[in-house]
Amino acid sequence: MIPTSTSTPPSAATAVSARGVDKTFSTKQGEVVALSGIDLDVAPGEFVSLIGPSGCGKSTLLRLIADLDSPSAGTVEVFGTSAHQARIDQRYGIAFQQAGLLPWRTVAGNIALPLELHGMAPAERTARVDELVALVGLGDFAQKFPDQLSGGMQQRVAIARALAEKPALLLMDEPFGALDEMTREYMQTELLRIAAETGAAVVFVTHSIPEAVYLSDRVVVMSPRPGRIADIVPMRLGRAADRADDLREDGAFFEMITAVREALHGAPVTGPRGVETR
Amino acid sequence: MSRAPVVERVPSTAERLLAPVILGVVVIVLWQLLAGSGLIEAYLLPSPAAIGAEIAAFLPSMASAAGLTGLNALIGLLAGTIVGIVAALVASAARIIDGMLAPIVAALAVVPIVALAPVLNTAFGADAQTGRQLIAALAAFVPVFINTARGLRQTRPVHRDLMRAYAATPWQVMRTITLRTAAPFTFTGIRLASSLAVISALVAEYFGGPRGGLGGLISTSAASSAYPRAWAYVVAAIVLGLAFYLVALAIERAVSRRG
Ligand SMILES: Nc1ncnc2c1ncn2[C@@H]1O[C@H](COP(=O)(O)OP(=O)(O)OP(=O)(O)O)[C@@H](O)[C@H]1O
Ligand SMILES: [Mg+2]
Repeated sequence: MIPTSTSTPPSAATAVSARGVDKTFSTKQGEVVALSGIDLDVAPGEFVSLIGPSGCGKSTLLRLIADLDSPSAGTVEVFGTSAHQARIDQRYGIAFQQAGLLPWRTVAGNIALPLELHGMAPAERTARVDELVALVGLGDFAQKFPDQLSGGMQQRVAIARALAEKPALLLMDEPFGALDEMTREYMQTELLRIAAETGAAVVFVTHSIPEAVYLSDRVVVMSPRPGRIADIVPMRLGRAADRADDLREDGAFFEMITAVREALHGAPVTGPRGVETR
Repeated sequence: MSRAPVVERVPSTAERLLAPVILGVVVIVLWQLLAGSGLIEAYLLPSPAAIGAEIAAFLPSMASAAGLTGLNALIGLLAGTIVGIVAALVASAARIIDGMLAPIVAALAVVPIVALAPVLNTAFGADAQTGRQLIAALAAFVPVFINTARGLRQTRPVHRDLMRAYAATPWQVMRTITLRTAAPFTFTGIRLASSLAVISALVAEYFGGPRGGLGGLISTSAASSAYPRAWAYVVAAIVLGLAFYLVALAIERAVSRRG
């Protein structure tokens, strides 16, 4: 699908705007349709989660927004410019499914990497790194190397690195996957606070329904083969920014969990001719 | 998980050295007994005591000989390393050059490089060390090139994605990711090259050229039937080779501790 002049034009007023996006990979075994007909808008400051079974194209969609891959068809715009321009202009911060730390750099050195590459003055940089290290609760580990940290701690370093330049758009691929439940809930609340403070929009990939519900303004439910958006469930839980831990025990919270679960199970699992629930 | 806490004990350096030292002492004692028994002719296998006496007597000359051969090996090692790294960088930057260099290096890797010694000795004149240094350099070049070229291809996709996300310049990617990832591989190559450089510099002396190196002294001592002295120089050659290897190993360990 190609955007026409009649569809809502993407503007600077949207953080992310995907229109008719397809992504096909050519492999030795033939073509793999990873994404098909994706239309998605994310408003500035909005928190959107992507949820769906393994292999439904969540990481692929995130990579298209980050301009680490290009769509086979359709367009992806970020803050009104092409995804490519947005990457060049450093409009987003990203945390990958793997932490992807540089093993030869300390925790502080890893967090400093983007600041260094983009020429921040050393004094300013040290101050910012100290802030970020404290933010992710790794104050005592700043001079440790990644191989001296647990998987969850490494993931927190990657999150701090993604936040380093206070991006207006955060792209996060299962960043809390390796965390224990307690740290996970703590980091979720922290992430909401940070996103609210910086006014950042967040596109957040997760496998956890409660996590998606707790964090999001809207939950995008995806279905596999080919990857499509099966449903978009708005969370009627008040502004994500105002949420706190007591929400986890709220009746409305469980209602939303049920809504997302139903959307997930209603999603077609057998093929492209499945039910359209949208 | 076992119930009883099992703390893995790392053996200390002394403990790790103990076994080989004991073995060495046992071998030398047996050797001495064998040589003293008269079962083996002294020119076939001089006794450790005889070799030891030669070492004591010729220590200054052995040191200067080791210095000369060692300098040739070191110059060759440095030159071969520099050329090997540069060639690997060029090959990784341009596919065509990679295609051109690969068969040449494969050929170099199978040619016994010391076989070139008589040719190079003649080419650079009888009183120059250049031929020997060149042979050491050629021998060192091969493992440094092969390992560095491999290391330059080891950057992890997630690191490349990260640098792309940061819109890093090619030079920044080279500095922060590519070179750093390749470094441990390069130092493995240098470790392998260090022994080869010593062996090549030493063996090259067997084929004429100026005297005074360990290789030359081994061959003249043997030619004049001074077997214990020849063996004494062999011991010096072993010490020289070990010294190169251990220094290179220490540097490699220090560099590849992370990564
Ligand atoms: N570089 C690639 N080459 C070929 N196929 C790919 C590539 N990247 C992804 N795919 C395919 O695209 C589909 C979607 O992959 P993707 O990684 O986006 O899934 P995902 O939803 O993130 O899964 P998970 O939840 O397991 O992380 C999969 O079928 C995958 O095999
Ligand atoms: Mg994924």
